[in-house]
Amino acid sequence: MANISKEEVKHVANLARLAITDEEAVKFALQLGAITDFAKQLEELDTTNVVPTTHVLPLVNVLREDKAVKGLDRETMMLNVKEQEAGQVKVPSIMD
Amino acid sequence: MTLFERTAKELQTLLHSKELTIADLTKEAFERVEKLDGDVEAFLALNKDKALATASELDQVPFEERGPLFGLPIGVKDNIVTEGLETTCASKILEGFNPIYDATVVHKLRAAGMVTIGKLNMDEFAMGSSNENSAYKTTKNPWSLDRVPGGSSGASAAAVAAGEVPFSLGSDTGGSIRQPASYCGVVGMKPTYGRVSRFGLVAFASSLDQIGPITRNVTDNALLLEAISGLDANDSTSADVEVPNFAAALTGNIEGLKIAVPKEFLGEGVSETVRQSVLDALKVLEAKGATWEEVSLPHSKYALAAYYILSSSEASSNLSRFDGIRYGFRAENAQNLMELYKETRAQGFGDEVKRRIMLGTYSLSAGTYDAYYKKAQQVRTLIKEDYDKVLAEYDVIIGPTAPTPAFKIGENVEDPLTMYANDILTIPINLAGVPAISIPCGFEDGLPLGLQIIGNYFDESTIYRVAHVYEQATDFHKQTPQIWEGK
Repeated sequence: MANISKEEVKHVANLARLAITDEEAVKFALQLGAITDFAKQLEELDTTNVVPTTHVLPLVNVLREDKAVKGLDRETMMLNVKEQEAGQVKVPSIMD
Repeated sequence: MTLFERTAKELQTLLHSKELTIADLTKEAFERVEKLDGDVEAFLALNKDKALATASELDQVPFEERGPLFGLPIGVKDNIVTEGLETTCASKILEGFNPIYDATVVHKLRAAGMVTIGKLNMDEFAMGSSNENSAYKTTKNPWSLDRVPGGSSGASAAAVAAGEVPFSLGSDTGGSIRQPASYCGVVGMKPTYGRVSRFGLVAFASSLDQIGPITRNVTDNALLLEAISGLDANDSTSADVEVPNFAAALTGNIEGLKIAVPKEFLGEGVSETVRQSVLDALKVLEAKGATWEEVSLPHSKYALAAYYILSSSEASSNLSRFDGIRYGFRAENAQNLMELYKETRAQGFGDEVKRRIMLGTYSLSAGTYDAYYKKAQQVRTLIKEDYDKVLAEYDVIIGPTAPTPAFKIGENVEDPLTMYANDILTIPINLAGVPAISIPCGFEDGLPLGLQIIGNYFDESTIYRVAHVYEQATDFHKQTPQIWEGK
């Protein structure tokens, strides 16, 4: 039934920045395979020349006046940051 | 017996005659929560100290400055940010997250003088139909504690059904307000896309998400929708259309109303009792001067597949912001930045959220984009055109909200596809973007059923008018679960 391989799941997990075990990859391959199989029914419909709908409102652009407004202050912005130093967000090394 | 079986209007009368204070009402909410929430498990966080302090302040405001919802308690779904009150989306990845601003709807609740009692449980990031996907607790259906309240706004419906609060806010991406309202026997409205600002609603699928009100009756629902609606500079997809006085639309008159009943909504998978309850409701509306005809929405059967591709694709993008850097949960002992991202997300998200992120990422990938994502967007166009055609000829579309009453906890957890099928009657409405309500319309084995009334873009007024006529003619909304009286 599954039309998505364990390797494909691992590839997708990497793109989505999700650590994944071998065992999980097998389980998700089966489940995602069933869902994409189900989605194959869309192929029954001829959609030649049908314009895709991205969202339903007839909106083109929404612009505001080009005027500076005050944002949140740094102290507030940093309230939920777990690791910080000198008012900046701290992360582990970016390169090995 | 609780004060919350009364309507907003009745509560205002008690406040104005000084038989009751806002502090009394607020205390009543916390007493109800204390008494019932051990069983129902609807609340994730309570706002007790602030709410009681606010109530005392509000009691000082002169009566002539108060609106119809002034001083009334409300619960808020946990994907709507509340400054200083923990907001988790029922996910471990937002554990301990303390928002630094309020959602626009929360501002509006405050402007209306409403008192926030606490935050309500949900399926993690609103992905689910049963509240079983919460990382913290499984909310129970007040009508039968071994059953789900529905989802994803399950606790928003359960808290109102149990009389813990008379009002709540939910959000609806594919049925997340209407299906739980149906399962819990309360009134839940998904407004037109763009009617209510999404600023401060943690995004799941941005082209489908809408915040909406859950209440015990139609009039209160209309009042709450008016309070939270309107254009917002902080949400570029909020619509620049006038916000009507929805309650004024409740004229009690549906003479000449044209109802469409899609044959696809009463077909396979819909329980006989559910089907009969809809036919009975149509008789009630006919007796009040409406007419109905069977119509077809031919692309309905494709909505579920299109929805899961589109909503998951949007979610995979929206949920990329949860990386453990700026807020929420952060994995320990990561050796480098990439490992920190991957481990934080692997440990912080539950399985359903991971499934949808991966399905979305897959659908958007080179090589599958045209076959999945673009195809689903084209099918969305066909579905929307179905609705446009029918609503050009009819005032409302009526059908059931869900194919069955609430299912048992644990019954569908192992099989995502069966779980998804619970939303088959609500999902097309989000794809089309039109408004729809669920109101109580009967019982099957003691469990509530919901009638879904769908209207044209920005015509919530007609939906409310029809719902109100039906409510006046029936007493399903007056029934309360046994738990209501306490154990």
